[in-house]
Amino acid sequence: MNTLRNAQSFIELGGRERARMVLDPGGQRELLGPFDRLMSPWLARQGIVPQSDDGVVIVKGTLDGHAAVVLAVESGFQGGSIGEVSGAKIAGTLELALRDCEAGRPVWPILLLETGGVRLQEANLGLAAIAEIQSAIIALRRHVPVVGVVAGLVGCFGGMSLVAALCSRLVLTRQARLGMNGPEVIEQEAGSEEFDARDRRLIWSLIGGEQRCAIGLADRLVDDDAAQVRSAVLQACTEARSGPARSESVAAYQDRIEGAASLENLDGPGLRVLWSPQVQQP
Amino acid sequence: MNTLSTRGRTWFDALRGTAPVLPGLPPSVLASDALLGDQPTRLVAVVPDPANPYRRARQGEVGLREGWALARTVRDAMAQDAHGPKRLLLAIVDVPSQAYGRREELLGIHLACAAAVDAYASARMHGHPVIALLVGAAMSGAFLAHGYQAHRILALDDAGVMVHAMGREAAARVTRRSVDELDQLGATNPPMSYRIADYARLGMLHDLIAGVSADAPAGQDVTNVRQSVLAALASIGVDETDLAVRLTSPAARIGRAASREVRERLAEQW
Repeated sequence: MNTLRNAQSFIELGGRERARMVLDPGGQRELLGPFDRLMSPWLARQGIVPQSDDGVVIVKGTLDGHAAVVLAVESGFQGGSIGEVSGAKIAGTLELALRDCEAGRPVWPILLLETGGVRLQEANLGLAAIAEIQSAIIALRRHVPVVGVVAGLVGCFGGMSLVAALCSRLVLTRQARLGMNGPEVIEQEAGSEEFDARDRRLIWSLIGGEQRCAIGLADRLVDDDAAQVRSAVLQACTEARSGPARSESVAAYQDRIEGAASLENLDGPGLRVLWSPQVQQP
Repeated sequence: MNTLSTRGRTWFDALRGTAPVLPGLPPSVLASDALLGDQPTRLVAVVPDPANPYRRARQGEVGLREGWALARTVRDAMAQDAHGPKRLLLAIVDVPSQAYGRREELLGIHLACAAAVDAYASARMHGHPVIALLVGAAMSGAFLAHGYQAHRILALDDAGVMVHAMGREAAARVTRRSVDELDQLGATNPPMSYRIADYARLGMLHDLIAGVSADAPAGQDVTNVRQSVLAALASIGVDETDLAVRLTSPAARIGRAASREVRERLAEQW
């Protein structure tokens, strides 16, 4: 595990390299790649240079010999934000994977999420795409595990954090952050007494990868090592489904939320204690 | 939001008539089993609760409690109808935003909202007709959690009814524009617009209901809306479990042309 010299950082890879790293080396094929030039029709008219893949990379291939498709958000373009085209690439791919699953040809969908959520320049079309992505994941989960990875450094926020929460299995690194509203947005909307967005220790203690795994809101914590990410994804794909998804475990979480309702000053370590007997379930 | 919106409760009360409010939910989530015409319907609304122990969700936002309670009431209806006719689920939408707060993030508001998404989508996939009726704000993650998984989306044609990814003032701050500039951009970029008529141009709205008082509906207004809901219900196909209609409507052919092209070319390359 500690072969540091040979470890390949996953975080420092771009979306395309990440997707290729997760799949088996042979037989990979990128769909709607840069040469297809499907770009955002909305950015140029707002003075922003579009990118020829709109920031989402789709690679079909195999994982340990099983049909798989990886969707990687490229955080280097517009913060990994979801616009009409990038959102349709994710939703459309999941819909095709669902079609194959329903026809008895299971495909493992793997999402590499590195995104701030909706691209504000394409607001309502990004939001609409996220609703369609969510619908497809919920339908797919009945056939195959849907695996999400948040590695960092952008993290996963906004409507896409709900997408992460809907995945059957979620793999995080310590550098990952997973939350609905980014610290800056909370500070802007609620004030710095509610959330000091400059306090990095606070941020990581609330929404960092280690914390999310410790309280059971994610499944696997891995080092920033491509081989570890790949093996965690493979394990997540092959694990037998055990019980309902987190987002289906309504009664258990309702109790937890009501139980914490009066604890105004609850912090990250406090929550680990509060939820510790239950971390295994659901 | 300087004043608490009462539209969600107003329309919830108007449409339920004498049907009781269901017990067992927090004060911020209302549910009632009513008849719309002859159609058994579970009405669901999120409303302000000034005493909400989660302070950041006192103005009608979808927070931790609300997300899980929405999931609860939707899944309760599914369980009750598991072996019989599936009732209509009608989401009455007047949600200014998700709750922005430190505790909300700590306790996983993203999962709470995902649970509501999951419940509504699962109901749709298990044969329940699901309709969203927009009577006020339908903002961002709050709309994802409450309404956006519906078979059909209906909206009152009113200036206070809007769909967007971020509130006007917040979006102006984030994009370093004035609110006026933002409105001008919306005029030429329909996905950025805060006007419900521009949202309709994107092709995802089944019906824009005109001539109705959103704030103080009279009897005829309620009758008109009920009829629109029943007409939308009649348009839902027996085996329709997905959201494809949002891409195939006449308006979507223009308003979401790129969303369609991506799917067509993906299918060719798949």
